[in-house]
Amino acid sequence: MSEPASLARRLDVQLGQKMVGSVESRGETTIEVLPENWLAVARILRDDPAWRFEQCIDVCGVDYLSYGQTEWDTTDVSSEGFSRGVEGKGAGRFNWADRPRNTDIPRRFAVVVHLLSLATNQRLRMRAFCVDDDVPSMPSLVDIWPAANWFEREAFDLYGIVFEGHPDLRRILTDYGFVGHAFRKDFPLIGNVEVRYDPEKRRVVYEPVSIEPRVLVPRTIRDDSRYEQASAEREAGMK
Amino acid sequence: MEEIRNYTMNFGPQHPAAHGVLRLVLEMDGETVVRADPHIGLLHRGTEKLVESKPYNQSIGYMDRLDYVSMMCNEHAYVRAIENLLGVDVPERAQWIRTMFDEITRILNHLMWIGSNALDLGAMAVFLYAFREREELMDCYEAVSGARMHATYYRPGGVYRDLPAVMPKYKESRWHKGDDLKRFNQWREGSMLDYLESFCADFPGKVDEYEELLTGNRIWKQRTVDIGVVPPDLARAWGMTGPMLRGSGIAWDLRKKQPYAKYAEVDFDIPVGVNGDCYDRYLVRVEEMRQSNRIIQQCVAWLKANPGPVIVQNYKVAPPKREEMKDDMEALIHHFKLFTEGYCVPAGETYAAVEAPKGEFGCYLISDGANKPFRCKLRAPGFAHLSSMDTIVRGHMLADVVAMIGTYDVVFGEIDR
Repeated sequence: MSEPASLARRLDVQLGQKMVGSVESRGETTIEVLPENWLAVARILRDDPAWRFEQCIDVCGVDYLSYGQTEWDTTDVSSEGFSRGVEGKGAGRFNWADRPRNTDIPRRFAVVVHLLSLATNQRLRMRAFCVDDDVPSMPSLVDIWPAANWFEREAFDLYGIVFEGHPDLRRILTDYGFVGHAFRKDFPLIGNVEVRYDPEKRRVVYEPVSIEPRVLVPRTIRDDSRYEQASAEREAGMK
Repeated sequence: MEEIRNYTMNFGPQHPAAHGVLRLVLEMDGETVVRADPHIGLLHRGTEKLVESKPYNQSIGYMDRLDYVSMMCNEHAYVRAIENLLGVDVPERAQWIRTMFDEITRILNHLMWIGSNALDLGAMAVFLYAFREREELMDCYEAVSGARMHATYYRPGGVYRDLPAVMPKYKESRWHKGDDLKRFNQWREGSMLDYLESFCADFPGKVDEYEELLTGNRIWKQRTVDIGVVPPDLARAWGMTGPMLRGSGIAWDLRKKQPYAKYAEVDFDIPVGVNGDCYDRYLVRVEEMRQSNRIIQQCVAWLKANPGPVIVQNYKVAPPKREEMKDDMEALIHHFKLFTEGYCVPAGETYAAVEAPKGEFGCYLISDGANKPFRCKLRAPGFAHLSSMDTIVRGHMLADVVAMIGTYDVVFGEIDR
């Protein structure tokens, strides 16, 4: 990849006001734009001879609900043992009836696009947060990259993000007649219905799930020095 | 005047040419396709959601089950994403092993493809020939991991263990005995690398056999030449990668353009097509098998000459050796923590892509600093390819739809995830 360090700066210069911010890390560039500039920026990135991002590699939704939340407190001494950390109503532990409702955090849904330029051999990640969390929406990129078609259908199916201007916004991965958006963080991991063949009715029937939600390993965030220590050990070992 | 209506036809999901569970709703005008609407998702298992609910290492096995004919390439994308976030460097020998197994996987995939695609188009024998060699390569999978398909062999920081010094042999049974048994075991006297060396010396001749059956075959050419032409512009716009893109004449290969593992140090060529039809993509894939064979030979030579560690010695990421755990408390604790809680990955996001046999397989990971991924999105090449179905098959005959499904090399494990 040529000059990854300057990519964000050059984008800054050209896009200016249209861009909210840019991040460079691990040799990857991420830019954030507002939904109203979404299409304009995409068009510049595709058509401008300086960028020529002619391939849209991926479009996906992200649900930032519960980002950074931990189920087991490790910063201080606590009475909550690791084994008891499996109780509670954390991510993946609730069923359909008990799913969390009071979930209004600002800027919950985002759409992330990965672009690739074959001409300049560069990648770019573009992100925009949806304005409304109840009915998240984003302009559709189908007219710019036809490849976005199914990827946007997938994001609609799994996250409920409505892509305005999409010619055929149907569910794609989930079952016919599916209720809810499966990859949202407030959708239970075990789902809400199960299917089985009913020999009496002689057809497949849908029933509420009978399994208990259960997670064996709690979500833990450790902000400790382990990695610095590990890398220091590695460097010491190299000498 | 009589009312003439187009006929809507359902194709699949239970159809041998549907390569799994593709359901196609076709609007036909006689034998000509007017509109094709693929219905996918019949194999959707919610892999990405499952990955979000488990510590990082417990999801490697899910990757094998995505594109279940190119298992280790999927693992490669996933572990590379984790390594990016952790900032872990992989030992050199592990990178060579990964390069070698990526290419073994590519041959496995293309053998499956050439067999089933030819079967779809009426050539029965190729399938049997292709599976003969597939069997031999699957033995390599089995030798390193114990599993013939779902290996879970790549780990963040390296690979699970070093290559075996002894290749397992066939034992005498009612079916395998005498000269037969000797023939089965002729390559298996030495290590796995010796076995692969014999295989690679033999394989180009086997590819000649497949070509003998197909390349000049009149029926094969009638079914593939000028069928499903993908112009380069269309290939770019629809996000095509891999042989689909190269078949249209664009020399794009991540192994060359954005090299990972040891691809920068091996010598190989990228075949490209001219017309972008099914026949060109067939030729591209056949040539890729020969090139993969070359890469494997180079990897075998390097691996024979250079022993060394195959996984990082960083016990925060990779478990310590069994022997160490017997008398070292520290090692035992590391092992315990790794297999219960796992490791926490620094907050951030990354996208790691590999050139899988079907195209660009990518893994987009977001971490919030926890021991489980916050979001994992798997970019499957087949998903992007299949979405262009409607555009490409319009105006083709029904039988050409089958040729097109074959040339896309669709596998529903990765498309539906």
